[in-house]
Amino acid sequence: MRDFHRSAPAAVQMTVRDALNQAMDEELERDERVFLLGEEVAQYDGAYKVSRGLWKKYGDKRIIDTPISEINVLLQAGLRPICEFMTFNFSMQAIDQIINSAAKTYYMSAGLQSVPIVFRGPNGASAGVAAQHSQCFAAWYGHCPGLKVVSPWNSEDAKGLLKSAIRDENPVVVLENELLYGVPFEMSEEAQSKDFTIPIGKAKIERQGNSITLVAHSRYVGHCLDAAAVLAKEGIECEVINLRTIRPMDVESIETSVMKTNHLVTVEGGWPQFGIGAEICARIMEGPAFNYLDSPVTRVTGVDIPMPYAKILEDHSLPQVKDIIFSVKKTLNI
Amino acid sequence: MKTMLAIISNALCRMTGRNAGAQTVSEGARVVVSRSFADFTPQATFDIKKCDLHRLEEGPPVKAELTREQGLQYYRTMQTVRRMELKADQLYKQKIIRGFCHLYDGQEACAAGIEAAINPSDHLITAYRAHGYTYTRGVSVKEILAELTGRRGGVAKGKGGSMHMYAPHFYGGNGIVGAQVPLGAGIALACQYQGKNQVCVTLYGDGAANQGQLFESYNMAALWKLPCIFICENNKYGMGTSVERAAASTDYYKRGDFIPGLRVDGMDVLCVREATQFAADHCRAGKGPIIMELQTYRYHGHSMSDPGVSYRTREEIQEVRSKSDPISMLKERMLSHNMASVEEFKEIDIEIRKQVEEATQFATSDPEPPLEELCNHIFSKNPPLEVRGTSPWSKLKSVS
Repeated sequence: MRDFHRSAPAAVQMTVRDALNQAMDEELERDERVFLLGEEVAQYDGAYKVSRGLWKKYGDKRIIDTPISEINVLLQAGLRPICEFMTFNFSMQAIDQIINSAAKTYYMSAGLQSVPIVFRGPNGASAGVAAQHSQCFAAWYGHCPGLKVVSPWNSEDAKGLLKSAIRDENPVVVLENELLYGVPFEMSEEAQSKDFTIPIGKAKIERQGNSITLVAHSRYVGHCLDAAAVLAKEGIECEVINLRTIRPMDVESIETSVMKTNHLVTVEGGWPQFGIGAEICARIMEGPAFNYLDSPVTRVTGVDIPMPYAKILEDHSLPQVKDIIFSVKKTLNI
Repeated sequence: MKTMLAIISNALCRMTGRNAGAQTVSEGARVVVSRSFADFTPQATFDIKKCDLHRLEEGPPVKAELTREQGLQYYRTMQTVRRMELKADQLYKQKIIRGFCHLYDGQEACAAGIEAAINPSDHLITAYRAHGYTYTRGVSVKEILAELTGRRGGVAKGKGGSMHMYAPHFYGGNGIVGAQVPLGAGIALACQYQGKNQVCVTLYGDGAANQGQLFESYNMAALWKLPCIFICENNKYGMGTSVERAAASTDYYKRGDFIPGLRVDGMDVLCVREATQFAADHCRAGKGPIIMELQTYRYHGHSMSDPGVSYRTREEIQEVRSKSDPISMLKERMLSHNMASVEEFKEIDIEIRKQVEEATQFATSDPEPPLEELCNHIFSKNPPLEVRGTSPWSKLKSVS
């Protein structure tokens, strides 16, 4: 479990699922143009129960069950749809529309046609769902100009980033994580407010440290914090950065940290080739932080194979806390 | 009397070379089909429901012939699938099976009836509710359960899981709704190309029926007259969404527009068999694709994480179970025509139960796949390659 800090007395525990639910509820109430559509989002309360209660509250017009037709991404003139993909694996059925119709339209029309749309759903590996249901799409969507891509870790991230995404005038891809839906995190009093948003494009330092910088997004932020707790016992103080946004990436926060710690390890669940870590390495080399590195950047990633089903194989296909600890020590030459 | 019949029957079996051991030992007389001197009717004709037709002058026959041997075989197949699926339910609840598990109980007549009408050299592809077809296409219960439990003895060596099981002329087991349909049309193209008079049975559900890629497949199959039997297993619900809430037209057998179609009682194994036979003949005659809609029902929810009662009533499920269960229907037909005895069915049930138990034993005791094989099977016919592990120091090996 997370290391909960004592904060304002009015802090409460909230799961990521409830935080996402609250974000949508508040934004549906705030702006009539916002609506949610997707498979099983209404009467079933959501395949993963993220939209529980919303159909009961807002009805058929605002919460819409669709047939299994991912490609029917609606460019509703003047409206602000939230499109749920049951998982981002299925978004590949609609990816032409996401890239060619959503991402590029404002540019192609030289500003005449904006696309205020949110694509959200679970991304990356779950547990035992095998190759076709476990892919991470952070690198794929992060590659495209015209899209914003966020990847929340905890409940505050989930609520704040989703609200910002809904309020943003541009297409935003929100990469959630199924394994985090049921995990409770502390929500500060500020985060409980109906106007709480987190700016897109800004990373957060979850833990301060001097020995080495760890950068991750989504579930692996938690893994990094766990690794940091173990390493602290050996006197290694990790600075853990929660990216929060994949695109536009907050490279500056990473650079500032690396210029302090001189070492960098990136951690992600996706495949290594052309991934988030690869991009971070390139950006570090292009900027001022390169000269502060005492060793090459290390990328900790998923294994470069389709996801196997058997538990022992699946466990060894993704970064474990011990892999992060090992990589930190190797990077520090310990 | 019974002993004497048993002795005579054994002798006959030895003479004709039939494998007497394949049938259960029972108190009733066992007979070789071609001889009818014992208690049972060797063959009977049954009325079956007329199929609704689309762009067809005539459809499959409204009477089906069933031999005792066929009846017992269909019963055995359906009951094996039923018991296998119920065992999977149990193992899932014990957390020995994980991830996704989409069960087929209630729909057995579809898999059994289709297989009865096609040849092993024909081809079949379906979506994720695939355990029944994996069995009818020739994979043992043992290998199916071991795949579900993620062991090295599984049909995909533990790497595929519930939705990704394969066999010769059986192309899975596909996780993305509807994506298997263009693949099926492609297999039909290969059948045409190779000219061996084979057909491809391409299955999908009522949920997938609204996917655009199906209509692309329909167009190409019809244009090129591909030997593709498109089969929609309409079990009335796409996950939690009833057909009325998902489809502008629920006449799935007509959705192929220019492709002829049949609507079939998917709970009656004989109806399914006759319709599939009709469809296969149509394709083999070079007339192009055909669509079959099988009206069927699943007792379980969409998957093991769906209780299946938030979008339909328990009464509805119970009604189907009591009035239209495919296994009961076949059994009652055979009993009422004196084609088999109650004891015989009981014996078969016991045997199947034992078979499933043994398979379960294997599936729960077989070891997990070895870690050394984690990266194998990336490429086919490729020299061994190095695969990056979770860190740059982790260099793993992959062989074809």
